[in-house]
Amino acid sequence: MRPVIQVLKVRKAYGQTVAVDEVSFEVDDGEIFGLIGPNGAGKTTTMECIEGLRRPDQGTISVLDLNPIRDVYKLQNRIGVQLQQAQLQKRIKVWEAVDLWASLYQRKGTDGEHLLAQLGLSDKRDAWFMNLSGGQKQRLFIALALINDPEVVFLDELTTGLDPQSRRAIWELVRGIRERGKTVFLTTHLMEEAERLCDRVAIIEHGRIIDIDRPESLINRHCPERTVVLATENPVAGERFRTILGVEAVVCSGSQFTIRGRGDDLVTEVIHCLSENQIRVTDFRTVLPNLEDVFIKLTGHTIRE
Amino acid sequence: MLRLRGLWKLTWIELKVFLREPLGAIGTIGVPVLVYLGVGRAVGRRISPDALANSSFMRSGLPVLASIVIAFSAVLSLITIISIYREGGILKRLRATPLRPQTILTAHVIVKLMLTAATLALMVLSGKRYYPVGVHVPLFSFTIALLISTLSILSIGFLIASIVPTARFAQPIGAVLLYPMIAVSGLFVPLESLPPVLHGVARVLPLTYAVPLLQGIWNGDAWSAHIGDVVALAAVFFVFTALSAKVFRWE
Repeated sequence: MRPVIQVLKVRKAYGQTVAVDEVSFEVDDGEIFGLIGPNGAGKTTTMECIEGLRRPDQGTISVLDLNPIRDVYKLQNRIGVQLQQAQLQKRIKVWEAVDLWASLYQRKGTDGEHLLAQLGLSDKRDAWFMNLSGGQKQRLFIALALINDPEVVFLDELTTGLDPQSRRAIWELVRGIRERGKTVFLTTHLMEEAERLCDRVAIIEHGRIIDIDRPESLINRHCPERTVVLATENPVAGERFRTILGVEAVVCSGSQFTIRGRGDDLVTEVIHCLSENQIRVTDFRTVLPNLEDVFIKLTGHTIRE
Repeated sequence: MLRLRGLWKLTWIELKVFLREPLGAIGTIGVPVLVYLGVGRAVGRRISPDALANSSFMRSGLPVLASIVIAFSAVLSLITIISIYREGGILKRLRATPLRPQTILTAHVIVKLMLTAATLALMVLSGKRYYPVGVHVPLFSFTIALLISTLSILSIGFLIASIVPTARFAQPIGAVLLYPMIAVSGLFVPLESLPPVLHGVARVLPLTYAVPLLQGIWNGDAWSAHIGDVVALAAVFFVFTALSAKVFRWE
């Protein structure tokens, strides 16, 4: 099966600034694919090249076997787009926006009222756009992106500026889009969002893709360290811990020990050591690395710097 | 078919959205009509029909000037709306649909023309008793002439809208570029008496052709006497529309 999106050696510069440099990747049918990186890394430019809103300087892009520049109108009939920082007419009503969008597409799309109900906007259908909250606006933009029953949905910084509760609600919506068999391509600078939502992610920085894989594979590859934090009053505990296979460092502060090591077996080895030496613990937890750690490892700084 | 459906929906929504603005309908239609009626009350009664007949400015200059000012305000409002839509990302959001760019602009132009027509119609209807000029004015032909002139001026508006940096500058830049055109349009000073440089400038401005066309039609000229003006206005329209299509920025 051919990938839904194919991006090959795409480059885009604005004047002297290279926004996207030799970017290549593929997105498969039915997956949620995330492009993650800090602001200004080239995420939006890449996405807008794929949507046909920008013309790359070099490289080739194919979406649903269409060329986004040449076949832009054909393509836009089959995709749904949510843009970063988009607005609508201040005084357009919610149902008018949905009705207008529905009239723009060739294919018979989803029922607008049903879509509004699904997105929890039914009681806001007569409200003006300017009077909606941030979360409601974002849900309306999702509705507009879904109105033509698209095969691929593009979501650019979907939850930026939303409170945690709205954010979680929108994640559920995006999972729902995948369950209906759509492909989702999203960008985010929130590592938690990428980790919870995406089947695969591409990490991009300074316009270049550093690595692409499933979030857990990226973590295993780049951050194999495991950490166990526990508390015990046992005086010989520290000594014992240092003998465990795979342990690289043991840091003791008061009764709390932080044990760092490598490999999936580390936690088992620590538990084994505790029971063998009958060490009594009052606290025990594991700290697993996340995408944020992968990002720091790969780029040498946090995503917000 | 689909494009017409989208154009119709968008035009209808843009009209509703515009009328919902606090000063939308009042500012565009109400104020000009009220000013017109006010001037009519103050001046109209003191002017005898004889004086009216003798002053060519009162007879045809004033209605033409009023029409041009209304056309200008429509153009300025188009420039402002386009720049607000661009700054707010509305244009970009609309572009990410199968909607053609021309359709978006056409919808706005239709809305502006509709409002211009409504303003003029109201003026003519409500002002009849103050200005006893309407009797032999070919209103239908004049409306067509005004539509042609407005479209031509609008094309300059497109170009301005295509390049103004921010919405805040749109209205002043538009006004500064548009209003001086009235001075060299031949409405107040005959073109021949202008310095050669200004005369040359006047030759490429649409108003120079709109004024004689509007005045002529108002005074009952046949269209055949103004083919040159219409051709010139059409040429301005096509040149400026093509230019703005080249330089138009969506964001």
